Amino acid sequence: MNRFNYLFTSTKGLILTAIALVSIVTAVFNTLSGPMVEWGIRDLTVKWLGMDMNPAERAGRIIMLYHTIAMAVVAIEVYMMTSIIPMRKHEQKNINMLVTVGYITAMVFGLGFAYWGHNFTFHGLFLVGQSLVFFAGIMLAFALNPWKKEYYVTDKAFAHFKSGMDMERMAFFVMTVAMLISAGFGAVTGSFWANGHETFLAEDLIRNPDKTGLQKAIIGHLHIMLTLIAVSITLIVGRWLEFKGLFHKIAMPLMIIGTLIISGGVWSVVWTHLAHTFIYIGSVGVMLSALMLVIFSWKKLIHDNSIALGYTNPTLFQKLKALLSDPLKFGPTWQMVFMNFTVSGIGIFMAVKLEQIFRVWPAREERITLTGHWHILAAIIATIILMYYADIVGMKGKTRKWFGWIMIIGSDVAFASMTIFSMKTLFVPESVAQQGLMNTTMILADFGLGSLLVMMAIFLGWKLFDLFKGEGTWTKEAKNSELELERTSNPVLNIRRDNEFNSEGGVK
Amino acid sequence: MKKILLLSLIIAFYGCSTEPIVNTEIEFVNTGVDPNGWVIVPAGIFNYGMHNKVVEINYDFEIMQTHVTNQQFAEYLNAALAKGSIFLENGNVMGAHPGDPFDGYLHEWKIPAGNYLHFPYSKPGGQIKLIENKFVVDKGFENHPVVMVTWFGAKAYADFKGYRLPLEKEWAKAARGTDTRAYPWGDHISANITNYGSSKNALQKLLGGNIARTAPVGYYNGNKYGDYQTEDNRSPCGAYDMGGNVWQWVGDDYPDVHYRYLRGGSFTNYEYDLFVWGRNSAGPDYYDFNIGFRCARDFVKPIPTETITLE
Repeated sequence: MNRFNYLFTSTKGLILTAIALVSIVTAVFNTLSGPMVEWGIRDLTVKWLGMDMNPAERAGRIIMLYHTIAMAVVAIEVYMMTSIIPMRKHEQKNINMLVTVGYITAMVFGLGFAYWGHNFTFHGLFLVGQSLVFFAGIMLAFALNPWKKEYYVTDKAFAHFKSGMDMERMAFFVMTVAMLISAGFGAVTGSFWANGHETFLAEDLIRNPDKTGLQKAIIGHLHIMLTLIAVSITLIVGRWLEFKGLFHKIAMPLMIIGTLIISGGVWSVVWTHLAHTFIYIGSVGVMLSALMLVIFSWKKLIHDNSIALGYTNPTLFQKLKALLSDPLKFGPTWQMVFMNFTVSGIGIFMAVKLEQIFRVWPAREERITLTGHWHILAAIIATIILMYYADIVGMKGKTRKWFGWIMIIGSDVAFASMTIFSMKTLFVPESVAQQGLMNTTMILADFGLGSLLVMMAIFLGWKLFDLFKGEGTWTKEAKNSELELERTSNPVLNIRRDNEFNSEGGVK
Repeated sequence: MKKILLLSLIIAFYGCSTEPIVNTEIEFVNTGVDPNGWVIVPAGIFNYGMHNKVVEINYDFEIMQTHVTNQQFAEYLNAALAKGSIFLENGNVMGAHPGDPFDGYLHEWKIPAGNYLHFPYSKPGGQIKLIENKFVVDKGFENHPVVMVTWFGAKAYADFKGYRLPLEKEWAKAARGTDTRAYPWGDHISANITNYGSSKNALQKLLGGNIARTAPVGYYNGNKYGDYQTEDNRSPCGAYDMGGNVWQWVGDDYPDVHYRYLRGGSFTNYEYDLFVWGRNSAGPDYYDFNIGFRCARDFVKPIPTETITLE
């Protein structure tokens, strides 16, 4: 029972559970595509697990698969938010409970429906699961209410309005509300499924001049959901890295305004082509905000680690050494910088050179670049979450360095390789000569992702082994389950320890 | 860590050769399938697209049993060149096009009347060369599908022969017949039934060369080549290779876009590009080493000969 409580009620245990479930889903379903097909692994998986792989339903299966993974990632972000943002204990418990039941229900029954025949009870339960996640989001939005005076900043170094209202809390609130509305765009369209709306993959419609309103709503939905998940993890990482001071005061207004504009822009895609202008403007705000975090955190890492390393007046080389001495804390912001080369930069380049380059290529080549860059963004977010989790569980010493550097180098080698692969025609214009480049990028991508997967397998294997121990590290995590960091406000009601609450949920 | 990085760099440097891999001579493989054959696609309703929309084609038509081969295309080039309907310019075969209607839609390009690229014979990727003013096919590639042909080039071939490029719906009916199958031959796929991304290893061994790309047309017909047992990949109407080998241009010029569409997938693609509803597109002047075509024509019922009995 203690282990159950740890895994399904404590913040650290809940994050572990979600990471483990996503890992299992990724490991199994990863065998159904790419080179795994050529090697015959897909046939083994399908036969062994008794999957139903009707080719005509491929698009639907993929949609359900990434919804189930996305729900778990959203749940992880919710667990982090309810722990690091001041709120009442009962709010945290209720939100976490709903989102947990929701994502697991969506995952189990969504995959059941998609891959093991079409039992429509499963489909209904998949929708129930997603609805519970949505309700958890509504409760989160209420809990985040930035207008509540007890959550006004207590330290003026945090970005705040004149009244003292916490701007970071407002940024979380705006992101949450925007995500709820954006989820609605998917839900409304989904409700028309088999009733005038047909399953499709967005990348297959890129050159259709006559997309329906529902199709545009889905294309907007998938873009903004991923963007908002990225906004959320940026805010979470900011809190983890103790973001405050001048850069925080510049970043938070930009993040709030950027999130509002980018969300509004994406929603308006359904009605107007001008939407893209709003999206570009909003993106500038969000990206500048992230840049402030990068500058702040790198300055702080150099300062703090220089002291730890005994440098009183560090040289440039010593500063660099200090910056890189803790890969787990350097990694997340580095990934945000790296993201510009593999995601944002590619997106901007595609937009600018669409007519001259990408629309000259066959649609299938353009599709690889598009799907490549948003898969990479999703994977970068995953690496940031994993680095934070490694810090949460107290990874230290050489293990911390190996974990951090393999995560950074492995993922970046893979993402850079896939970016080059997806844009191979830019570097080697003739397909007949691309084989060498394709082989190399595939080997490097396999090497990068393979190293990550092996490391994750070892890490999760260790956590599983630890759970079998009576006094494993899980007991410490269960006792001290909240994420330890400096919060933007410190209201009387925001007391995290169970023993500081009476049984009615009030303060002792 | 340093060793791993060094090793990665060596692999990257070694593997990054971008020299075109061109097979100029391979063993000729006789498949027993006649590239001059046509098959009839009867009129009627069928299930179109991934969502099985019921569509009717209310006329019979014929479609080529296989892709147009290198040999057929080379013969056409020589004949058309002699007739003056195409011309050579800077290593390219060029020809006139009357222009496309322009709708002024976002991202649409103007295609005005003028001369356009048909076939870049001097570029690597194709197996037809110009030798002493005659187009000649590389040895062994005679019955492989012609590639590196633009939509303009494919249309010019069809026009010259009195045929046409099949419309998308015609192509889909020829590929699928009247049921809801995913591939032209049924619902399964394997390395022995068509030439696609996952069958390259078997083909490399059999056809020679560093990289086996195209397979002879009609290669997958149930014959055994050495130890390699193929499965018959004919579609319900009897057309070979409607999925895999090389993409096939279709004839439609839709409003609001300048793109032309390609069907069937190719040797570079994963299986989902070979679905009968799979679709690719590119500008009409685009060519690649995995793009070819086949033709269609109206079906004219043969007039029954009367038997006159002399008393």
